[in-house]
Amino acid sequence: MSFIARGNLPLLATAAVLAALFGAASLCFDNFCSSYVISDLFSQNAFLGISALGMTVVILSGGIDLSVGAVIGFTTIFVATLITQCEFSPWLAWTVALIVGTVYGAAMGATIHFFKLPAFLVTLAGLFFARGMAFFVTQQSVQIRNDVHELVSGVAIPFGQTEIGFTTILFLVLLVTMACVSNFSTFGRAVLAIGGDEESATLMGLPVARTKVAVYAINGFCSALAGIAMTLYMDSGNPINAIGLELDVIAVVVIGGTLLSGGVGSFTGTLLGFLIYGTIYQITYFANVGSSIATIAIGALLLAFILLQQILAPR
Amino acid sequence: MTQDVNLKKNRLGWQPPPAFYALLGLAALLLVNWFCIPSFFEIQVRDGNFYGSLIDVFNRGAIGVLLAIGMTLVVATGGVDLSVGSVVAICGAVVAIVLTTTQFGIVVAIAAGLLAAVGAGAVNGILITWLRIEPIIATLVLMVSGRGIAKYIAGEQTVAVPPELASPTLDFLGNGHFLGLPFPITIAAVLFVVTLLVVRRTSVGLLVESVGANPSASRACGINDTVVKLTVYVFAGFCAGLAGIIDLANIGIADPTNAGALSELDAIFAVLVGGTALTGGRFSLTGAVIGALLLQTLMTTLYTWGVPSDVAPVPKAIVILLVCLLQSPTLRSWLERTLRGNRKMGSRQVEASS
Repeated sequence: MSFIARGNLPLLATAAVLAALFGAASLCFDNFCSSYVISDLFSQNAFLGISALGMTVVILSGGIDLSVGAVIGFTTIFVATLITQCEFSPWLAWTVALIVGTVYGAAMGATIHFFKLPAFLVTLAGLFFARGMAFFVTQQSVQIRNDVHELVSGVAIPFGQTEIGFTTILFLVLLVTMACVSNFSTFGRAVLAIGGDEESATLMGLPVARTKVAVYAINGFCSALAGIAMTLYMDSGNPINAIGLELDVIAVVVIGGTLLSGGVGSFTGTLLGFLIYGTIYQITYFANVGSSIATIAIGALLLAFILLQQILAPR
Repeated sequence: MTQDVNLKKNRLGWQPPPAFYALLGLAALLLVNWFCIPSFFEIQVRDGNFYGSLIDVFNRGAIGVLLAIGMTLVVATGGVDLSVGSVVAICGAVVAIVLTTTQFGIVVAIAAGLLAAVGAGAVNGILITWLRIEPIIATLVLMVSGRGIAKYIAGEQTVAVPPELASPTLDFLGNGHFLGLPFPITIAAVLFVVTLLVVRRTSVGLLVESVGANPSASRACGINDTVVKLTVYVFAGFCAGLAGIIDLANIGIADPTNAGALSELDAIFAVLVGGTALTGGRFSLTGAVIGALLLQTLMTTLYTWGVPSDVAPVPKAIVILLVCLLQSPTLRSWLERTLRGNRKMGSRQVEASS
């Protein structure tokens, strides 16, 4: 692991918070600590997890991407329309969607790097554009009825008394792949170096331009994949899907111990942040309180972790 | 960056005022409308009140103008406030709940709403000044949890204010007319004039600019940058509160999910197109107001052309990107090199600006 020891402390804090939350919930509610809840926790939020993995790479590189929710929404309606109305094979529709997402991300990355514009402004324009294009495709929900689509969304592995769905498998496979790439490749090191100090990375001779564009392209790919996971989970596409999701995604990554200033963080942390997020929503479901409490709790946790980072950050 | 500006000033001898690009955009848009939609400029008088697309732009733009005024001062100190949209929702929810569930009148309700908004601004300010968190990150917290707070206050639902409770006052704030013009215009105009006077006729503007340009230097000069920053975030909260009350009064419904959604982005855009740089320092209130009106004119024009409201973000995104690109030093130096055909000067500028 290439990050410094004090960077590990947020990760430990995250793990402690997760253990405390899950432990307390298991004590308070019967049946909370069951394979059903755990499988539900993953499958309901798998698309968010996939998106969080892409966001982790972006934040590690010292950037931010506000467009993920809009790109996910666009992908769901785009894929659904291609399959249902244009009668594309799902495989072709998914390939096209992934290419569109990747190119879109790369275009934003190139604009950010070559014109030296703030990432949050460019991706903000990307948010408006993608959301508008989603409504341009179709203005209402589109159902998907397709044999291949049903087959793929039905793939599952037995887990306890229940099973793990396809989108969860997708998320976990992507998590392992990206963690490996991040830790054991020159690309992963370059991302961390750029996040730590872009100027130093340039002076060290690292391929800054290529890496930064690749980072946003990877995030575009992850957003498109998250959109596909969402269509698989819901069997439909809708242009209003995932509005405001970017904030949840950023919260998950930050709660996972990744520093918003870039350069420090891990995919393990993002998995823990994802689990905390899912657990909070499961708790509100079990306790039968409104989702507003969950939103407030996530905001409070976000603040707590930012403060923790602030205390640990070198002055 | 400053070197870049100086070089440009020396060579061209003239620097456009901050609001130049916003005015140019507005003029271009109005010119297109002049030829394509002649009815855009028609103003009718009914019952002594003015009606028409132009009046509509000002009326609907009032919320954007209010948010842009608050955001300008925040951006001028080198910060940014992402939470204004959520504060709009919180304020609307507070006013609606006080009106519908308690016996207190409209005055108490509005006071409570504004107090909540100012409190939210103070929270942002405290996080940024005392806890030294980056503005974009600190206000992100309230942006995320603010929606939840608004939903919690409103009891997880949209709160409709029945006409008998709304009282003439609330209805007048949103839909009334003053001097023949919709009342939100008056609110926005008064706030603009008062802010402009306070900022430019007293030393407040200078303090804000110096804190934005260089916080350490201004601290060394004896300026209390903590107080200045705290004040601008509280003021931004106050502006968002006013916008929330107008929004509520306009439609009579407090919708914690959709009230003020994405309006922080509109406000930032208005400030940016109005010639205030995100890096802080110099600012232009007039530019921000023109920027907000430009955005509203663009939206009204698109609606008049029959573009569905959901697709309208596409042209908006293109305009935002174009404005950003125009402000990009890389593109500027490249454009100047191409336009002047002077490669030597161009390469010097790249060195100076990098």
